[in-house]
Amino acid sequence: MDKVASMRDAVAALVHDGDVVAIEGFTHLICFAAGHEIIRQRKRDLTLARLTPDLIYDQMVAAGTARKLVFSWLGNPGVGGLHAIRRRIEASAGEATAGRAPDQAPLELEEYSHFGMVGRYTAGASNLPFYPLRSYFETDLPKANPLIRPIRSPYGDETVYAVPPLKPDVTVVHAQRADAAGDTQMWGLLGCQKEAAFAAERVIVVVEELVSEDVIRADPNRTVIPGLIVDAVVVEPWGAHPSYVQGSYDRDNHFYRDWDAISREAAGTQAWLDEWVYGTSGRAEYVEKLGADRLQSLKPSGRAPSGSVDYGVYE
Amino acid sequence: MSEPRPAVPDGQASSRPAFTKSEMMIVAAARELAGQRVCFVGVGLPNIAVNLARLTVATELELVYESGAFGAKPARLPLSIGDPTIVTGATAAVSMFELFSFYLQGGLVDVGFLGAAQIDRFGNINSTVIGDYEHPKTRLPGSGGACEIAINARQVFVIMRQSKRSFVDTIDFRTSPGNLGGAEAAARIRREQGWLGSGPSVVVTDLGIYHFDETGEMRLDSIHPGATLEQVRETIGWEPKQADPLRTTSEPTAEELRLIREELDPEGAYTK
Repeated sequence: MDKVASMRDAVAALVHDGDVVAIEGFTHLICFAAGHEIIRQRKRDLTLARLTPDLIYDQMVAAGTARKLVFSWLGNPGVGGLHAIRRRIEASAGEATAGRAPDQAPLELEEYSHFGMVGRYTAGASNLPFYPLRSYFETDLPKANPLIRPIRSPYGDETVYAVPPLKPDVTVVHAQRADAAGDTQMWGLLGCQKEAAFAAERVIVVVEELVSEDVIRADPNRTVIPGLIVDAVVVEPWGAHPSYVQGSYDRDNHFYRDWDAISREAAGTQAWLDEWVYGTSGRAEYVEKLGADRLQSLKPSGRAPSGSVDYGVYE
Repeated sequence: MSEPRPAVPDGQASSRPAFTKSEMMIVAAARELAGQRVCFVGVGLPNIAVNLARLTVATELELVYESGAFGAKPARLPLSIGDPTIVTGATAAVSMFELFSFYLQGGLVDVGFLGAAQIDRFGNINSTVIGDYEHPKTRLPGSGGACEIAINARQVFVIMRQSKRSFVDTIDFRTSPGNLGGAEAAARIRREQGWLGSGPSVVVTDLGIYHFDETGEMRLDSIHPGATLEQVRETIGWEPKQADPLRTTSEPTAEELRLIREELDPEGAYTK
């Protein structure tokens, strides 16, 4: 079944106001193209789930798409804070909030640790009522988030903490390649995209390259997400920029540093969104605007192809 | 962080290599990793200290990044802990589920290396908020993997700069447990709960090196060249215990400084 769609159509059909949305990818393969399209279509009241909200959720929060954030590490890695999110958190601190614009309303937070978030997706993906882990004991996190609850082992005296399943309405995963049916292969850091996709009601896969089914079947161990759970396949080269795609392009660390200054004030943040998101029709135009020199500077400095393995023929 | 580089510490012969406080801290932390096998690397200062150790005192060190790389051999110092350079040439690239379940909670990590915003005398760590959780004065990044690293790594190393705001009598939020209220209670909980970790063992700062004594409290064992006890007391929120005799940390060698300045951090992002 051919599930190839444009980003505009995929987001319009599969992301609804009020949804729980997970655009996953740990540093690697973060689908900024999907986040930007959600901003362009002015989706509202989303609950945004991600281990590390990163710049993409800072931008989506600044654009007023979100009412709540579910996360485990809130920052710009190696650079500092996320200022648009910080402004919204500060706005939540007890002031009158009625009648505020969506980009200034308070933001609800639900906070875990990385393993807690991974456990939540795992429980969601495997239809379990909770996921148990040794984290949180003798910490203040269960006080900050009462959904983190202690449970006694049924087989002894140990206490572990439980986290509830997380089942996003829609998960967006960026990958190196997929076939038209949505069978998706990725390599490099895998984060928790598999868990987040299996946990979700609907899945959008965004890829650098559309390949034939033969390519997928030649290397089945590399398939992370089967087409079975995929609703749309969007082909969007450079769709992860300023995040990166292993083997295709590097993380744009300069942009991650620049964002610190861009986002420090609300006005500068909105001006950036106007220019780079609302002011572009989609990722192709954004990429053109980045320019050939910028793109070239992000190419890997050399090749490091994997060896090939022989699966054998058994007839 | 505006400390000039290079700086010659007071009282040192000028023929010796000049170095900054940050460089001394990174070198001291790296040396503490001698003899360790598997190290879980945090963002920021731990990242450069661990990579220096891999090139000097602990060449067999396996670097584990929470993003999913095991046995990483980074060819450049990564800005983030999810950089592509930690994947190319690594022993394994695994999902975060595998990393946190099998490698970390399963007890395969010898040293978890953490930074912190606040730490108390028992090595309990805050990286979540300054002030009240609901109405924070400063919202910090939060746990990330720190909470589970503190519980599950066989031992925990901490690297952070000393100040009255960071070395405090009472932390505002406990993100990662250390020796709780003292060694006895902490050991009992770890034993009863079947934790594989034994908690914090080293804190390296810009002024000295602390280990934890039998009561579970931090003890200054070594002071860095150029630092004074007065500086130590001025930047700590309690009266610190100190070893007798107190050692002086060996200065960075020319080779350690060369590796930091030329290979690991040529832009001075961590060492200025």
